[in-house]
Amino acid sequence: MIECKNLSKVFNQFTAVDNLSFVANKGEVLGFLGPNGAGKSTTMKMITGFLQPSSGSIKVCGIDLFDNPIGLKNKIGYLPEGAPSYDEMRVCDFIKFIAQMRGIPKELIQTKTDEIIDRINLEQVYYQRIETLSKGFKRRVGLAQAIIHDPEVLILDEPTDGLDPNQKHDVRQLIISMAKDKTIIISTHILEEVHEVCDRAIIIADGKIVADNSPSELENMSKYHNAVTFEAEIEFPLLSEIRNMSCVRDVEFDARRKKTTVFPAQGVYIFDEISAFLKQHKISVTRLTMEPGRLDEVFRNITMENTDKRQKEAVR
Amino acid sequence: MNPMLAIIKRELQGYFSTPIAYVFIVIFLILSGVFAFYLGGLYERNQADLTPFFNFHPWLYLFLVPAVSMRMWSEERRSGNIELLMTLPVRQRDLVLGKFFSAWIFIGIALFFTFPIWMSINYLGEPDNGLIIASYVGSLLLAGAFLAIGSCISASSKNQVIAFILTAVICFLFLLAGMPMVLDVFSAWLPQVFVDSIASTSFLTHYSSINKGVLDLGDLVYFTMIISVWLYATSIVLDIKKAD
Repeated sequence: MIECKNLSKVFNQFTAVDNLSFVANKGEVLGFLGPNGAGKSTTMKMITGFLQPSSGSIKVCGIDLFDNPIGLKNKIGYLPEGAPSYDEMRVCDFIKFIAQMRGIPKELIQTKTDEIIDRINLEQVYYQRIETLSKGFKRRVGLAQAIIHDPEVLILDEPTDGLDPNQKHDVRQLIISMAKDKTIIISTHILEEVHEVCDRAIIIADGKIVADNSPSELENMSKYHNAVTFEAEIEFPLLSEIRNMSCVRDVEFDARRKKTTVFPAQGVYIFDEISAFLKQHKISVTRLTMEPGRLDEVFRNITMENTDKRQKEAVR
Repeated sequence: MNPMLAIIKRELQGYFSTPIAYVFIVIFLILSGVFAFYLGGLYERNQADLTPFFNFHPWLYLFLVPAVSMRMWSEERRSGNIELLMTLPVRQRDLVLGKFFSAWIFIGIALFFTFPIWMSINYLGEPDNGLIIASYVGSLLLAGAFLAIGSCISASSKNQVIAFILTAVICFLFLLAGMPMVLDVFSAWLPQVFVDSIASTSFLTHYSSINKGVLDLGDLVYFTMIISVWLYATSIVLDIKKAD
C-alpha cells in the first residue's frame, strides 16, 4: 500500500510535482499517465526514496519515508527509467550483487537468483555481459533486479518503453501475473497499455493530478463513448438525415476512409437505430462498431486543457 | 553480506573486468621504476634505501590517482545507476565508503606489486626495513587522501574528464601548500598565523616526515582527517547533485 499526501517537489524555481495526493492499495495496478515532463518520474523517484520531497508525506506499507527510509526501501522494488545496470557485469553477477545489497542471506542467494532467472526467462544470457544484451533482455534484467526480494510494492518507470510488440506483451503478462499480491505503479505514455494492465489510471499534467479513474471510466469521458462508427459508401442527403435524428448529436465523415462516426445525444444508445437505418436504406456496410471511447482523445483533452490554462496564466 | 563489502567486491571486480586495472598497474610499476632509477639515481647513490623510489610517489599519484577516482561517481550518475544504488536499502555512508575503500585497495594492490624493488634493495645491502614499511604506509595514506578528494570531485560532475582535471589541480594545490609558490599568494594579504596553518596542510610536509621514518600520530590523524572530511563532502555533494 502506498500513501502520498500533498507531495511537492520544487527544483530551483520549477515546480515538478505540485501537491499530489493519492493512495494505491494492495492488488492494484496503478498507471501513471502524462506527457513527458509532467512529473511522473519525479513522483516515482520520491516514493522510492531517491529524491527528497520538498513537502508532503509518503508512506509505504505503513512505513514513513522520513522516519525509516531504509525500511521503506526494503519494501519496494524499483525499475528506474531506461533500466540502468552495470554494463561490464555478467547477468548472474549483477543479480547476485543486488541480492547481496538487498540483504538476502548468503545461503539463499543462489536459489533466489535461479528462481528469478527462470521466472524472467534469462537462462540463455546467464553468463553474458550486460553490455552485449539486446534492449529487451536488458529491460528484463532490470525487472529481475526489481523483484529479487519479492517486494510488496513494485514501481516501474516506463517498463515497456522501446521494446518490440512481443517483448511488450511479455512484460505486461509478467506485471499482470504479479499484480494479485502486490501494489504496482507503472508509468507509461502508451495508452493501450493502460487498458491491458492497469486497474486504475492517474493522469498527471504539470505536476498535478488531472484525472484519477479506472481506464473504462476514463473512456466514458471521451466524446467517442458509445459513438457508432461504420464504413460504407453513403450519400450526403442520407448523412444529414442521420444528423437530424433525435437521438443523434453530431456526425463526422472521413471521406478518405469512407468512415462515418455518429455521436449520440447525452447518455443514449444509438447502435440499434443506426443499424436499422442503414438496413432500411439498403446500404452495404463493411464494418459497424460501437466505440467504448478513445483514451488518447481523453488524454489529449485533459492534458492540453491544463497546458492551455498555464499558458494563459503566463501571458497574464 | 554486509552491503559495504558487497560494494567493495563489485567495484574491485569492475576494475579488473576492464583494461583499466591492468593499464594502471603496468604504468604505475614502469613509471615508479623509471623515476626511482633514472631520476632518483637509486642505484648510483650507493645507499641501501628506497628514498628516491618513494620521493616520486606524490608526482605519480598526481595524475594516476585521478584516473582511478574520476569514474567513481560520475560514471554512476551518467549511466543512471546512481538511482539504482540509492534506492537499495543501504545507507549512503556505506556506498561512499565502499567505493572509496575499493579504489584504495586497488591502489594498494598496485603498490604491493612494487615488492621486487624492496627485495632487490635487501639483496644489495642492508636497508632499514622499518623505514621502508613506514614509507609504504605513508604512500598509501597519501593515495587515500588523493582518492578522497577525487571521490568528492567525481560526485560533482557527470563528465569524467572534468573530474580528472579538477582532481589533479586540487591535489596539486594540497601537495604544494607548503611551498613558496602557493604561500606567496596568501602571505601578501593574510596574517602569518593563517599562512602557517595553510602551510601545515601540505600533503608533502606530512608525507616526507613519514618518509623520514617518523610515523607519528599527528601525521596519521592528519591524513585520516583529510580523508574523512572529503568523504563527508562527497556525501553532501551527492545529495545536492544526484537529481540533475
